[in-house]
Amino acid sequence: MESLQPISGPWLLITMSLKVTIIFGLVVLVVAYSTLAERRVSAWIQDRRGPNRVGPFGLLQPVADGIKNLLKEETLPSTASRAFFILAPIFVLVPSLVTFAVIPIAAPLPTPVGVVDMIIADIPIGILYVLAFSSLSVYGVVLGGWASNNKYAFLGGLRASAQMVSYEVALGLSLITVLMMSGNVTLTEVVWQQQQLGMWFVFPLSLAFILFVVSAFAETNRLPFDMPEAESELVTGYHTEYSAMKFSAFMISEFGHMVTASALMATLFLGGWDLPGTWDDAFWHEGQLIRGFTQDGGTVLANPAWWKTVLTFGGFAIKTSFFMLLYIWIRWTLPRFRYDQVMALGWKVMLPTALVYAMLIGATILVLDEVGIRWGFSYGLALTAISGAATAGFIFFLDRGRTIIGAADQSRQKVLITGISQPATAGD
Amino acid sequence: MNRPDPEDTSYLRAALSGMALTFRHLVNPSKVTQQYPEEPTDLSPRWRGTHRMEVHADGRPKCVACGLCPTVCPANCIRLVGGEDDQGNRYPIVYEIDEFRCIFCGMCQEVCPVEAIHVGQHFENAEYTRSRFVYDLDRLMEQDHPTTLLWDPSDPSSE
Repeated sequence: MESLQPISGPWLLITMSLKVTIIFGLVVLVVAYSTLAERRVSAWIQDRRGPNRVGPFGLLQPVADGIKNLLKEETLPSTASRAFFILAPIFVLVPSLVTFAVIPIAAPLPTPVGVVDMIIADIPIGILYVLAFSSLSVYGVVLGGWASNNKYAFLGGLRASAQMVSYEVALGLSLITVLMMSGNVTLTEVVWQQQQLGMWFVFPLSLAFILFVVSAFAETNRLPFDMPEAESELVTGYHTEYSAMKFSAFMISEFGHMVTASALMATLFLGGWDLPGTWDDAFWHEGQLIRGFTQDGGTVLANPAWWKTVLTFGGFAIKTSFFMLLYIWIRWTLPRFRYDQVMALGWKVMLPTALVYAMLIGATILVLDEVGIRWGFSYGLALTAISGAATAGFIFFLDRGRTIIGAADQSRQKVLITGISQPATAGD
Repeated sequence: MNRPDPEDTSYLRAALSGMALTFRHLVNPSKVTQQYPEEPTDLSPRWRGTHRMEVHADGRPKCVACGLCPTVCPANCIRLVGGEDDQGNRYPIVYEIDEFRCIFCGMCQEVCPVEAIHVGQHFENAEYTRSRFVYDLDRLMEQDHPTTLLWDPSDPSSE
């Protein structure tokens, strides 16, 4: 039992350096390969094969891309603001890579010198750190767009800032329900409460899940919300003037945001590294690694094992990859919204829905606590029923075309359309 | 334009059916991309590419140096110097085709009275120098790719 202590002393330093190196390397690797995945999946969706020439199955394509980008000429527009132009890619790149630090990736790993948490920094502000840093990167986008002294880049930067502000609100409000459920902002606690509830938050908080996914798509500037880039309207938006490695930095940050957002969605709503069953549950409770509580409030000690760590990491990887695939899949399916549609969806649909939903979940939690239902499966079932009804109502409302409307639905133009089609039917 | 009434359309359902469609294509194993260098491309029987010169069984070119092909050639890419042996048979001393100049119209093949010069079903003739694109008689005789099927006016779609 002595070994079931958190790691400390010089070993903490060693394991921490190892964790930082491995997790950071892993994130960069995943980012590199998600560019390949994007190209391969987009090719498959379009019945093509995609890049398969560099190495087996094209697996060395990211390396080739990297070498190409390093060797290309760095252009610097003569009218650009030189210092900010160079600073912008750094401003974008760094926040997107550091946000992964607070996401737990697997069950704690027991070693002879203590138990190692599979998270770089289990800081008490948890999810707030992610929100703060992911919002920072929009400064880089705006700065890049502005410093380029290019009207398209400038428009892209402005769009990015407006879109970020709009969807950050819905993102935060949908997150509030998760935080109400978990009672803490650390992501380890979020995972632990999902383990205790016996179901992942995607069921009891289904509407929050939908809102969070949509907002996350907008926050990462991915289609159908890629207004800041918008190839067909703004060339490539804020990074129009960038080339070589600076352009690559923008790309890496976009994919880094995608990876982080995917991991976040997996952690908040799909239980993070949790696998079905209670065998893998583990949480630091008053200095002890516990698996759960007995009926009379006693604790059940967890028994971590290396194979549990490996299995739970596999589960986490699968969940994250699912969201990565969803990102790519949606990108190559849905066309881009118009800018006014993006704003209307953000302010008129997402924000009020998230507000009402947060109130609904808060009231339900209050009622359930007052009635005295224990935090567990039946608690989750009650919330699932409430959320299911809310989701069904939301989808019914959205489905009737009253929220996302095309230009053809505006009444003035509708009269015009019937006016044209009438002579055609009369002539038959 | 047969468009549905906007009142009856739904973004959500349309988006979901679109997702289903792209997913079917995603998992569909049959792809349209041709793996070109590994899988040879299917050339049409009337594909007009690199020329070749037909040879007799004893290795002489079939060309009788009549001079019709340099005359008809619209790109003026054929150089022919004819000669005559001691039996009075005409043969080409010099026969060169500049493949860079050639527009692959196939008129040399059409006009040839002895079916000696042909355009062929072949296109992989990249070289490192421009001078290598002037094919002399020996090189034309070495080519062994299938020759082009001429267009038959009575069978316009080659059936």
